[in-house]
Amino acid sequence: MSFPNNYKYTKDHEWALVEGNTVTVGVTAHAASALGDIVYVELPEVGRTLKHGETFGVVESIKAVSDLYSPISGKVTASNAALVNEPAMINQDPHGKAWMVKMELTDASTLNNLMDAAAYNQFVATLK
Amino acid sequence: MYEEHKRLGGRLIDFGGWELPVQYTGVMDEHLACRNAVGLFDVSHMGEVHVEGTASEAFVNYLVSNDCVKLNIKQALYTEMCNHRGGIVDDLLVYRRAKDRFFLVVNASNSDKDFAHMKKIETEFTQKNPNAGSLSVTNESSKYTQIAVQGRHAEAIVQTMTKTPLSPIKYYWFDEGTVLNGIPAIIARTGYTGEDGFELYVAWDKGPEVWRACLEAGAKYGIKPIGLGARDTLRLEMKFPLYGHELSDETNPYAAGVGWVVKPNKGTDFVGREAVLKAKEKGLPYHSVGLKLLERGIPRQGYGIYTADGKTKVGEVTSGTQSPSLGIAIAIANIAIPQSSVGTKLTVDIRGTKVPAEVTPTPFYKRPY
Repeated sequence: MSFPNNYKYTKDHEWALVEGNTVTVGVTAHAASALGDIVYVELPEVGRTLKHGETFGVVESIKAVSDLYSPISGKVTASNAALVNEPAMINQDPHGKAWMVKMELTDASTLNNLMDAAAYNQFVATLK
Repeated sequence: MYEEHKRLGGRLIDFGGWELPVQYTGVMDEHLACRNAVGLFDVSHMGEVHVEGTASEAFVNYLVSNDCVKLNIKQALYTEMCNHRGGIVDDLLVYRRAKDRFFLVVNASNSDKDFAHMKKIETEFTQKNPNAGSLSVTNESSKYTQIAVQGRHAEAIVQTMTKTPLSPIKYYWFDEGTVLNGIPAIIARTGYTGEDGFELYVAWDKGPEVWRACLEAGAKYGIKPIGLGARDTLRLEMKFPLYGHELSDETNPYAAGVGWVVKPNKGTDFVGREAVLKAKEKGLPYHSVGLKLLERGIPRQGYGIYTADGKTKVGEVTSGTQSPSLGIAIAIANIAIPQSSVGTKLTVDIRGTKVPAEVTPTPFYKRPY
């Protein structure tokens, strides 16, 4: 399992791609694999403001419900509607097509909470 | 068996003290493999109890709610085992191996509790019937491995492993013979998936050998090992109850939808008979029924069920999932009787949102062959 080097990560297994002031958020391949077949996803509406660590949605596999936590503080500017109709995409392409929300960063200091790929890799290794 | 599951990439969890695979390739994939081809299940964690002696028939008939007197040799039946309060200690299969020899199979997570209950009832039975004859009730769980082959190709696969003719064995009947090179086996046409299939009971140390042979013989039919995750979704699509969900020590079998295995007129008393009937006469608090969601969402155990307008609580989900075969969200739910008839529109409270649902006929899934 590999995690893109240009992404940042949380201990709750979200990833964040920071491009200037825009942050794209999804869940990692590790989360997708741990959850199993994902069959339901609930995402926030555009315009909602989220604090770092706040619950912004839910993913459900056949067996389990799991909350999604915002990796940063910001405002939701886009929500991946295609994902809602095809939750299995989270298992197929967690770091790509299965992005969940795009956010406008409102507090850059919240980026300091995130791990880089190497640190996340190490973190995941401790979970096994 | 642990080594076999590790080798196959099973994700293991602790289940009532057993290391068991919750999944191998994925719940969806495994579920559909069992429905469309064939699945292999390690169910060696189930508890097995021998009941023997001239009083065994009378004892088993006192122990369980269904009628075991009618049970033929080499026939099996599904039944509940009640407590004196009219609740359900567990559900189980009773196999009649001889006139006075029975083989009882109970749930893994309950097997200690069940066996303790059986010994208590044995004492009670012996005191009430001092002249009933000989009786021994022994826990043989550690001596057996149970392997289930479930799906449309099950017979073809198991037949390559045994000389016992399988096609004459009807649903809920069994035979005793050997598999592979003379391994003694109970070969039963039973299962908990809604598919045709067999459950094989062999000595515990023969488990890995039989398991591997099933995988080999099943390869050309697309056999897949199935974990606990898909085992649960398969039974749920059939509305087969599960202890800890639909059944509990407080549940009345009529409310739980298993009244069909309660035989109050079988001619002899059984544990819980009076309490079960009294509760039924008084009026049951709910019926266990099938629900399908009409909009997106997944009902889970414990979620509240409300009237269509969302105002009045009328029940609770006992099991729920996204149905891999049907592609819709389904649930088994305890619902107040006035709202429990098929077609009734209700709502399920999913984390604060009332999602429309409808009471639906069950089983949710019917096999096409």
